[in-house]
Amino acid sequence: MTDVYIVSDNIVSSLGFTTDENMDLLRLGQTGIKQHHDDRISPAPFWASMVNSEILARRFADISDPPRYTYFEQMVIVSLRQAMVQAELDLTTDRTLLILSTTKGNIDVLNPNLAGEKGIERAYLWQTAQLLQYFFGFRLKPMVVSNACISGVLALIIGSRLIRAGEFDHVVIAGADIVSEFVLSGFNSFMSLCTGPCKPFDKERQGLSLGEAAGTIVLSNDKELANKKDKVVVGPGFSSNDANHISGPSRTGEGLYIAIKRTLQQTTQKVDYISAHGTATPYNDEMESIAISRAGLQDVPVNSLKGYWGHTLGAAGVIEAIAAVHSMYGNVLIKTVGYNTMGVTHPINIIDKNRETKINTCLKIASGFGGCNASVLLYKK
Amino acid sequence: MNGPYYINDYCRICNGTVKVNDKVLYRSHTPDPAAFYTEVYKETAINYPKFYKMDNLCKLGFLASELLLRDKQLNSRYAGDDIGLVLYNASSSLETDKNHQLSIQDRSSYFPSPSVFVYTLANIVIGEICIRNKFYGEGTFFVDEAFDAERMYRYVNLLLYESHVQCCIAGWIEQHGPNYDGILYLIEKTNADPGGIAIFEPQNLTQLYLQRN
Amino acid sequence: MEQLIAKLKDEIIEVLNLTEITPEHIEENAPLFVDGLGLDSIDALELIVLLEKKYGLKLGTAEEGKKVLYSVRSMAEFIRENNKG
Repeated sequence: MTDVYIVSDNIVSSLGFTTDENMDLLRLGQTGIKQHHDDRISPAPFWASMVNSEILARRFADISDPPRYTYFEQMVIVSLRQAMVQAELDLTTDRTLLILSTTKGNIDVLNPNLAGEKGIERAYLWQTAQLLQYFFGFRLKPMVVSNACISGVLALIIGSRLIRAGEFDHVVIAGADIVSEFVLSGFNSFMSLCTGPCKPFDKERQGLSLGEAAGTIVLSNDKELANKKDKVVVGPGFSSNDANHISGPSRTGEGLYIAIKRTLQQTTQKVDYISAHGTATPYNDEMESIAISRAGLQDVPVNSLKGYWGHTLGAAGVIEAIAAVHSMYGNVLIKTVGYNTMGVTHPINIIDKNRETKINTCLKIASGFGGCNASVLLYKK
Repeated sequence: MNGPYYINDYCRICNGTVKVNDKVLYRSHTPDPAAFYTEVYKETAINYPKFYKMDNLCKLGFLASELLLRDKQLNSRYAGDDIGLVLYNASSSLETDKNHQLSIQDRSSYFPSPSVFVYTLANIVIGEICIRNKFYGEGTFFVDEAFDAERMYRYVNLLLYESHVQCCIAGWIEQHGPNYDGILYLIEKTNADPGGIAIFEPQNLTQLYLQRN
Repeated sequence: MEQLIAKLKDEIIEVLNLTEITPEHIEENAPLFVDGLGLDSIDALELIVLLEKKYGLKLGTAEEGKKVLYSVRSMAEFIRENNKG
């Protein structure tokens, strides 16, 4: 069977503009979630993990003409560019596909005060993907996956399936979302946001922190292209639905349990590490602990990275998978920043301080609005 | 095991007409999609009060799925987690996005509504169909410029032969302002008895989609 | 009070899109959630927005929310107590 290798990656977030910059601060336990005052996003101060817009503008100016591109587009282009320069792929063949994973894309253009001359058409996600296609010269029409908070993990599952099936040789996955008034006000009306950085799985957790980021992963069936640090493969993965409620997570963890069970059925390897969704809302973390326990993985070390980057929506699955892969390269488990005391009813093995250990396999999981769940296995080959 | 698979049923909703397997179930001259959907809901005697809480995108997808799956007893033939959903559209949830934006446009009257915000994700329509039918399987929402039979065919085909999915509900569910355009196909590994609609191939997907209602 | 209850029933039906339900269906003392009308968590959030938008009232804690949103009558009592003056 064809194996799908991770070739290169990039993370643009509050913690930096390269994967290495991000990983360094993750290892130091530094959160990117801060209080911000930005009237374009909220009339009141708010807590979020935001990309440094001045640095972004400078980085983008090295590549192209900033005024022609939205903030969202600049973030994605800077991220894609870096990962693709490392990968040295020929994009102009019909063997390379771009997948864009996002929940809301250029959603800020819906606000007439911010849209400027760019216009509301920029809000169509397929247009954003097409813009990226033309910018980089991909020959094929891109795919857009928009499945709420599982988009990133699902894009990874879809991309690896397509390569295994022989549809493409290389797949470039870009996952991104921005912090906007649109999303912030919506989560506020859901009373899901906390004050201060979020506290995944903690007894005192009171909700999530929003974040913005762009992440890129390049996948290939060519073993020679695999990252020099180690050969990590994207293995089996599945999505599922709770069939229970459009916003509230299942009380039994049913959907996530199904996705995990399906994934584990496809492998004989033991899971060394779980990269959880861990949004730090009371219900999500509780549900995840139930699903993990039901799958018999309660002793496997697990972390959530939401305390560093906040919840970056369509980018979350992508950047968290990248961090997981680099944890595997470096054989280090990163602590769950924000976590102090077990706050879920089914005790799971939360990583509360960094630890060096051999990591050969990682299970990445995610859940989101619409009752959707996803699970994918990453392993060293 | 790579096919051929079968389009055993389809439901087409466009131009004021609802059709299931070549049979017109309802025809109307109501131009407003919301009013049209309510007519269809009542005329076809669906009983699911949550329908009224949905946004228009979900109403369109929900109605198409209800009428496609009526009397098909899918749950007695498949495990709930062997049933997959693969939907596409062009506008994502842009119609509801605009409604949410209106509720926050004026800082002196700033009342974002949770029941509007929850529908600012296109994949909620998959959730609604799964909740109604107890489907636990694969679900994916793709956004594309226009109906693309080849892309749909390739991904659904892959799901059916590479994963545990035994049966897939796939289609195009587009709703934006006065424009709506929906088609759902029921794709299975075995041909229905007596005979489904067509072999699962891109040209057949296109042909069913392009038929004039 | 009875007027306020009648008004609230109309408003609840409108904001929650309870299209097939008439004010007579809503028993003012019956629980709104789970049993009674079978409302869910999004409906609860929407009723919180209703209290703020139409009556200028904010609910303090989740505990208070549960008490206030128990029934139409408890909502009406909360509005009357807090709108004195």
